[in-house]
Amino acid sequence: MATFLKLSEAVEANVKDGDAVAMEGFTHLIPFAAGHEIIRQKRKRLSLIRMTPDLIYDQLIGMGCAERMTFSWGGNPGVGSLHRFRDAYQNGWPNKIEIVEHSHAAMANAYDAAAAGLPFAVFRGYRGAELPRVNPSIKEVTCPYTSEKLATVPAVKLDVAIIHAQKADRKGNVLLEGIVGVQKEAVLAAKRSVVTVEEIVDELNPPSPNSVVLPGWTVKAIAEVPGGAHPSYTHGYYKRDNAFYKAWDEIARERDTFLAWMEENVMRKGPEVFAAHAKKAA
Amino acid sequence: MSQNFTPNEMMTVAAARALTNEDVCFVGIGAPSAACNLARQTHAPDIVLIYESGTLETRPNVLPLSIGDGELCETALTTVSVPEMFRYWLQGGRITTGFLGGAQIDRYANLNTTVVGPYEKPNVRLPGGGGAPEIATSCGQIFITMAHAKRAFVEKIDFFTSLGHGQGGDSRKKLGVTTKGPTKVITDLCVMEPDEKTKELTVVSLHPGVTKEQVSAATGWQIKFAPGVGETPAPNETELKVLRELHARTKAAHGGNA
Repeated sequence: MATFLKLSEAVEANVKDGDAVAMEGFTHLIPFAAGHEIIRQKRKRLSLIRMTPDLIYDQLIGMGCAERMTFSWGGNPGVGSLHRFRDAYQNGWPNKIEIVEHSHAAMANAYDAAAAGLPFAVFRGYRGAELPRVNPSIKEVTCPYTSEKLATVPAVKLDVAIIHAQKADRKGNVLLEGIVGVQKEAVLAAKRSVVTVEEIVDELNPPSPNSVVLPGWTVKAIAEVPGGAHPSYTHGYYKRDNAFYKAWDEIARERDTFLAWMEENVMRKGPEVFAAHAKKAA
Repeated sequence: MSQNFTPNEMMTVAAARALTNEDVCFVGIGAPSAACNLARQTHAPDIVLIYESGTLETRPNVLPLSIGDGELCETALTTVSVPEMFRYWLQGGRITTGFLGGAQIDRYANLNTTVVGPYEKPNVRLPGGGGAPEIATSCGQIFITMAHAKRAFVEKIDFFTSLGHGQGGDSRKKLGVTTKGPTKVITDLCVMEPDEKTKELTVVSLHPGVTKEQVSAATGWQIKFAPGVGETPAPNETELKVLRELHARTKAAHGGNA
């Protein structure tokens, strides 16, 4: 059953050093506030998993929280590279980081398999591609019915999934709307989950019987953090701060400008600063 | 000779023209997105645009900066989860044309978006393949758009992120891939198509004002030209007007330098 906590308590209770953590969001609903809390609490040796690691993983890696990243596309969308990830991977600063690389189709299938309680995922993929040479976890099976050769990847193994959503009701049921990515699969795949929400409401009122709702009994902890997805966005609340994504390219390019920004905007602040971005869209 | 369009505009317009009203298109960010939306706003109003973030039949008014901008979802017929997108829609064989680009391409249109240098110790670590490995094999055909330069059009790519025509000939068939693969490579200098038999990229038209020497100088292998290589028709007034308005709206929406 979901418990309602302050963000600092939710992270403290659910994210441990060395955990396999997925902070999902396909450019939408990225849990930035929760990521900043993990950085403030100085978690170490995390194995970070995400299809599209962007700025929040760049920040976690640059602050020395991670030792491994499993991913399928690691960049600043529409802008360029993740400089802190590059520096860690190519130069070992602030520490070495190991990578486990997949395609999007493989990662999406691996989440789906994990949510379904399966040990691996099977799909038509990686044909003529070189990733299987450098990622030994990519294997092949022969279909027992048609003899077609298909790719397999192990199901995602998660200690904790962290996501941001529009709202939760007082029973802890969570509603997601818009581009929903693999967040539902990530929560169902994980041993524990932390959900930050724009608001906690008396009635969830899902807009359709087919809305994406995570029942309260599938969620471990909920924290109300208005604006908690900034600079990504929350459909129906606020827009993506594209200007910040562009600005990050400069901030993260050098170690000292990065560290100064993190000190000023993360280490000396709390989740309440996100509220400034939380204006509900008209 | 002075022209009233840029090489980049020519590339986008040539890519847009290659699309038809019947296409179901898997769109990437950047030049592909501009080309697909230009096609939709000119000769192909019913083209179906799909972005891998899950948006089906999206009709954005401004170009997205990221693959999951709110604009894509707000203007889509429906939005599905990412596993559904890759399983039902892409793997399910419902996409006619996929768009790809890359940091490096070889003569058989194999692409690298993973690393420059060795994988284990790269000179430059790039973002990686994303959807490309399966887009390359699951879509009916592939269009590639890239700026034409020697460091991108190389004799040997450093990593096979996604399959083009492999080692040429019937490479795709041997790998059990039944889709066509790259059928057009559209750059800011020319349009290339694979030779019917060898599958080696061959220049079929040069953009207005571009010479064969320019293309050869910007290509890292000895590039072949089709007999009777023609000139790509220049962008017309409508195409330029629609494209420029699209970019102007995008720039205003993204707060500056889009």
